[in-house]
Amino acid sequence: MEKRVTFSRWTVGILFAVPQLLLIFTFFYWPAGQAVYWSLTLQQPWGGGNIWVGLDNFRSILSSADYWNSITASLVFAAISTGLAMFIALVLAALTDRQLAGSRFYRVVLIWPYGIAAPALALAFRFILAPEAGFMAVVNRMWPGFWDPGLDGADAMASIIAAFSWKYVGYNFIFFLAAFQAIPRSLIEAAAMDGSGVIRRFWDIQFPLITPTIFFLLVINITESFQDSFGIVDIMTSGGPANATNLMVYKIYSDGFKGLDYSGAAAQSIILMLLIVVLTIFQFRFIERRVHYR
Amino acid sequence: MVERTPILNFITHLVLFLGFVLAVAPFVIVAIAASHNLKDVNDVPMSLLPGGDFWVNIKTAWTTANLGPKLLNSFIMAAGVAAGKVVISALTAFSIVYFRYPGRTFIFWLIFVTLMLPLEVRIVPTYAVVANVLSPYQTILDVTGLTWLIEKVSGVQVSMSFGLLNSYSGLILPLIATATGTFLYRQFFLTVPDELTEAARMDGAGALRFFIDILLPLSRTNMAALGTIMFLWAWNQYLWPLLITTDQSHATAVTELKQLIPNVGGAPEWHIAMAGTLIVMLPPLIVVVAMQRWFVRGLIATEK
Repeated sequence: MEKRVTFSRWTVGILFAVPQLLLIFTFFYWPAGQAVYWSLTLQQPWGGGNIWVGLDNFRSILSSADYWNSITASLVFAAISTGLAMFIALVLAALTDRQLAGSRFYRVVLIWPYGIAAPALALAFRFILAPEAGFMAVVNRMWPGFWDPGLDGADAMASIIAAFSWKYVGYNFIFFLAAFQAIPRSLIEAAAMDGSGVIRRFWDIQFPLITPTIFFLLVINITESFQDSFGIVDIMTSGGPANATNLMVYKIYSDGFKGLDYSGAAAQSIILMLLIVVLTIFQFRFIERRVHYR
Repeated sequence: MVERTPILNFITHLVLFLGFVLAVAPFVIVAIAASHNLKDVNDVPMSLLPGGDFWVNIKTAWTTANLGPKLLNSFIMAAGVAAGKVVISALTAFSIVYFRYPGRTFIFWLIFVTLMLPLEVRIVPTYAVVANVLSPYQTILDVTGLTWLIEKVSGVQVSMSFGLLNSYSGLILPLIATATGTFLYRQFFLTVPDELTEAARMDGAGALRFFIDILLPLSRTNMAALGTIMFLWAWNQYLWPLLITTDQSHATAVTELKQLIPNVGGAPEWHIAMAGTLIVMLPPLIVVVAMQRWFVRGLIATEK
């Protein structure tokens, strides 16, 4: 898609793009290049520049049990929280779209969770799910030792999943509802005239028409679960207990800034970048058909 | 819709109500916990009737975490990112859509790629750049031998250094360096009729005049949507401010929450923690409620 009418002074045109280009060069391309360089070199302990080590950093990362543990934890976290957040949001959006009395109200309120900063909601959930105060304490009183995110890895994982899913139900709800509302009412009315019920109409008309949104949200949720989880993990579990919630971005942060292992952190960054790039390319193949510039 | 489905309607109402409870419960619990005293908040089960210490707790949280200046910092950062995004994305999109110059497609892709890699995955090197924002340019001079040349010719050794740690520019600039808004504007500019441009040019308007007097007023809706979404996004940033504000003077409200987590072994001061949480989550919530329309619009438009 191109403009037919344009301005001829193209030097002026380039000037308009300069601020953005300077910014992305300094804060995007240079650091990204730097990450590649660091991942292939090793910093000398007493200064004096980096020595070239080829793929050694990657080899040592990929042979470390901690790293695989972190990948597994990230994937478990991504799969369960994405599934939960999308399923609940889909149900709520489909029901809101039936436009019964009160649906306007739900349309407003169900969005709120997405506005909250991940660390803030993490602190809230840390209290709500605390084993000694708050609400899980009631359960613990009935079955002592049932719940302790501070000691049990599975409980800690469940806590961060709960917090993350809660926020992203709000996010997915917005997109699902928009997708449902984009379906022409006449289609659904016609199906109703033909005698199909609410559930039949959902599976045969609405659901197929929103599949692009489902794919889109699937990718976004997975990528967000890699990034936006940092605040939640840092506030709720700090990666523990025993690395059970040491997700990939959190590990990059703790290796790079606490362990000062820049090369190892850079190698991990590169692996995560590749993972996200692959996901994004996958996404654009599906999205392509959905975006209309005209 | 057209048929009577009493059972299904009942289930619909029930499920939606449950969803509503799930969405709102954390807010309510935080607000109630913030109104208890130390003993009541640790009661099992905690009383769901609000206690009387709400303002005392808010005040304690406010002073403990020094939230006044931190909220101001958050606000400056969020407003700065929103404003920067709105302006810079508009300029870039204008350049990409309304001009034909060599390398335009290349620039388009250069910007497009930045969508793929969020700041979180490249924090370590970005941090190094922000510690000395001129280091990329210094390195380029060093590698190309220009440093040596300049030193030979003028006797001055070039060593540029300008740190952005603990500064507002350090907080704001790296967050602006992505393409999110550019494509929102691009899509909109492509829908602006060519006749408008033709008419403007016939009346003697140059590129700058057309941009300021015609294109920008037309984009007001997009600006509001983009501004809202970027404000929220920046306000909720955590990892980046945490890294680059080593000094308390520039810390933001969200990073300050960590100070409020009750220590293991210390008094479980959840009422103070919850009061702090309430203060920090309130501003974005107000923005979402007041700007709902722009928020939803911006979200759907920027992400696709």
